[in-house]
Amino acid sequence: MKDEKTRSLVDQQSSNSATQGVSRRQVLRGMMTSGLVAAGSGVLVPGSSLAFADTAKGTRGGKIKVASQSGSTADTLDPAKGSGSTDYTRQYMFYNGLTMLDESLAPKMVLAESFDTRDAQNWVIKLRKGVNFHDGKPLTSADVVYSLNRHKNPKTSSKVETVAKQMVEIKAVGTDEIHISLETKNADLPAILAVSHFLIVRDGTTDFSKANGTGPFICQEFQPGIRSIGTRNPDYWKKGLPYLDEVELFSIPDEPARVNALLSGDVHLINSVNPRSMSTLMASPLARVIQSDSGGYTNLVMRDQLGPVQNPDFVLGMKSLLNREQILNIACRGFGTIANDQPIPKGHRYYTSGLSQREYDPEKAKFHFKKAGVLGQSIPMVASSAADNSVEMAQLIQLAGQQSGLKLDIKRVPADGYWSNHWMKDALGFSNINPRPTADLIFSLFYQSSSNWNESGWKNDQFDQLLVAARGETNESKRKQMYGDMQVLVHDLCGIGIPTFSSINDACSSKLGGYKPHPLGGFMGYMFAEQVWLEV
Amino acid sequence: MNQTISRLIINRIGLGLLTLLIVSLVIFMITNLLPGDAAQELLGQSATPETLAALRSQLGLDLPIYTRYIQWLGGLLVGDAGYSMVNGMSIMELIWSRLPNTLSLAAFATLVSVPVALSIGIFSAMYRGSWFDRYSNMLAVFAVSVPEFLIATIAVLIFAVKLGWLSALSHIESANTFGEMLKVYAMPVLTLCSVLVAQMARMTRAAVIDQLSSPYVEMALLKGASPIRIVLLHVLPNALGPIANAIALSLSYLLGGVIIVESIFNYPGIATLMLNAVSTRDMPLVQGCAMLFCFGYLILVLMADICEIVSNPRLRK
Repeated sequence: MKDEKTRSLVDQQSSNSATQGVSRRQVLRGMMTSGLVAAGSGVLVPGSSLAFADTAKGTRGGKIKVASQSGSTADTLDPAKGSGSTDYTRQYMFYNGLTMLDESLAPKMVLAESFDTRDAQNWVIKLRKGVNFHDGKPLTSADVVYSLNRHKNPKTSSKVETVAKQMVEIKAVGTDEIHISLETKNADLPAILAVSHFLIVRDGTTDFSKANGTGPFICQEFQPGIRSIGTRNPDYWKKGLPYLDEVELFSIPDEPARVNALLSGDVHLINSVNPRSMSTLMASPLARVIQSDSGGYTNLVMRDQLGPVQNPDFVLGMKSLLNREQILNIACRGFGTIANDQPIPKGHRYYTSGLSQREYDPEKAKFHFKKAGVLGQSIPMVASSAADNSVEMAQLIQLAGQQSGLKLDIKRVPADGYWSNHWMKDALGFSNINPRPTADLIFSLFYQSSSNWNESGWKNDQFDQLLVAARGETNESKRKQMYGDMQVLVHDLCGIGIPTFSSINDACSSKLGGYKPHPLGGFMGYMFAEQVWLEV
Repeated sequence: MNQTISRLIINRIGLGLLTLLIVSLVIFMITNLLPGDAAQELLGQSATPETLAALRSQLGLDLPIYTRYIQWLGGLLVGDAGYSMVNGMSIMELIWSRLPNTLSLAAFATLVSVPVALSIGIFSAMYRGSWFDRYSNMLAVFAVSVPEFLIATIAVLIFAVKLGWLSALSHIESANTFGEMLKVYAMPVLTLCSVLVAQMARMTRAAVIDQLSSPYVEMALLKGASPIRIVLLHVLPNALGPIANAIALSLSYLLGGVIIVESIFNYPGIATLMLNAVSTRDMPLVQGCAMLFCFGYLILVLMADICEIVSNPRLRK
């Protein structure tokens, strides 16, 4: 192990570090696996098939400290208001959801025992029995109804209000059954309810200064912007879990300070590691790097009806201008995967293999720009550090543009206020999309013509119809076909250029066992707390 | 006479209060000029005109600016700085939860830096031109010129990562014994001192040298007083005013200017609180913190002024 480490570091030094990136041989890397998902992701999800802990593997006991990248006085214990990795992680420590997403983004049952539906519109959820809140009250359907209904109340200011509105009726039938009627068909309900915002709180909870959930840890201390401490829930319903006695979560916003804290042994786990710090971390015997391939991306947004973007040839030219290999190796320092101008990554259960990869082609780009009549003009392109790596990407695209006779003028704007002042307002700019749990969510949030976040202002009737049809389709192969068609439409016609998918980089102490990559986000999809242990 | 002194002091206090009032107006205006408001920041990417308007009226952001200023100022007078727009907690409560941390870091840094700075300043003035003077001068210029984030990061790399003697973070919760306190505060205090000591030592040196060249020092020398006696009994009382001012200026920086040290060592003080508040556009909190910094600054400068007035023998006669 040690030999290999030294060797790869030498490799790395001898190669051109600008184009090579860090050798990934010893980075624990996770991919989204497709086969498993397709088999297990029917609409009728089999209940109680959750394999909890591999109790033979883990060691009980110990305290760990975890440092995340963001934290402020806005930190909250209210799942509805959670924003950012620190909130999500904290909330998964104290609460459970009805379902969760596993490493292949397929929904698994948690507090629910089963989700049943015949038409993808009317759902019956059966609750697991013998689950108690931290204050001792047993979990009943009333808690679930309260937890889901509160998102629809504008006073809650829930982050998922629009998503929750599709649940037109949520009613309890008996103590452990819930009936949900949706506005329109949606076969993804179990996956939607797996996100942290839909975690289950006790019926009637309005005070979120302490957490009362059913989760693996009991909230011992919560100080917004300072720290949260959870101690082991001795009566946790998943027998044998969690392994750890205590988890302390706080934020270190400064990246080098976060890495130093891990290297000096002050913390056991950090997220959001900059690729620049990778070689230092890999050289240390104390630390381990965990890389997850995700469906998140930084994209070039060509806003419809604005300036040169009105011409479809300009859009095609820009897409041919993306030198994806170069962007991956230089702008992303080798951390990520190549994308093909559509938002579903390879390995996703609905990824279509029918699209051929769009390559960097300066001649083709020139042909399209000539047709669009933009050659010789100076076109502004807005970039900001608010959208990860977009400044570097913009420079690479600018250079590529010179090869094709297109003059791009980079306008670098501050990260502060970028989303309110520039995002979706410039003809040519960049955006940053976090991984979403389902294909439907990505498409309906960012590509549907009626969405508030339709970044490129794209309007395509065929796409909109396919989106609604796929959402209600319960036949997996038909559904996959529809999502495939949507990917083709976006790839060919939409004003969005996606050069690469990003990767999520965490690092943890080499003593931390059970830590695995997760495509949804850092910290094992924010759910590491109940699954990891400290090796003695 | 005593009356002159009290008149001067009351004058200073009055001026201080007036400054505070003007500062409050400026702070309020400037924070309102920042692009974006709490409503926009809270809603982020999900802002629509309707939700923005609803949240603004809920937060009282739709009232005219002078109404909001008067309400805010009235609240301040009775010790109520309003409520955070982000999490609804009382501003005073938020500030009080962090203020002791900031004050204890400032106190440690003061305890270490002031004696060191004064002795360096006085000795280098007494032995002007000696190797001690030249080297301490050089070191002081060096320490002032190196940015503190560099000093802090290098200190962490050496003492925490390589040697493992100290913790990379300053976890005040874990500081129960005196030994643990030393460990927790060692690096932040070291970083702060390297900047503070240099400034104060140079100012002290200048003030003492200024006095050493005056006729009364020569007189004392001719009368056969020892150099220590000359400096401590004759020079220092006369140099007290400028030195107190130098110290006050350096220490006022400890209240609000330690953002870098706080964030590198993850120290939960007022500066990071204010940084959070700016990034979440939590204006009441920004205004509360800014007023606190100005208040602290004015108190320190006022104390320095009073020192100067009281130590002036011409006024004391």
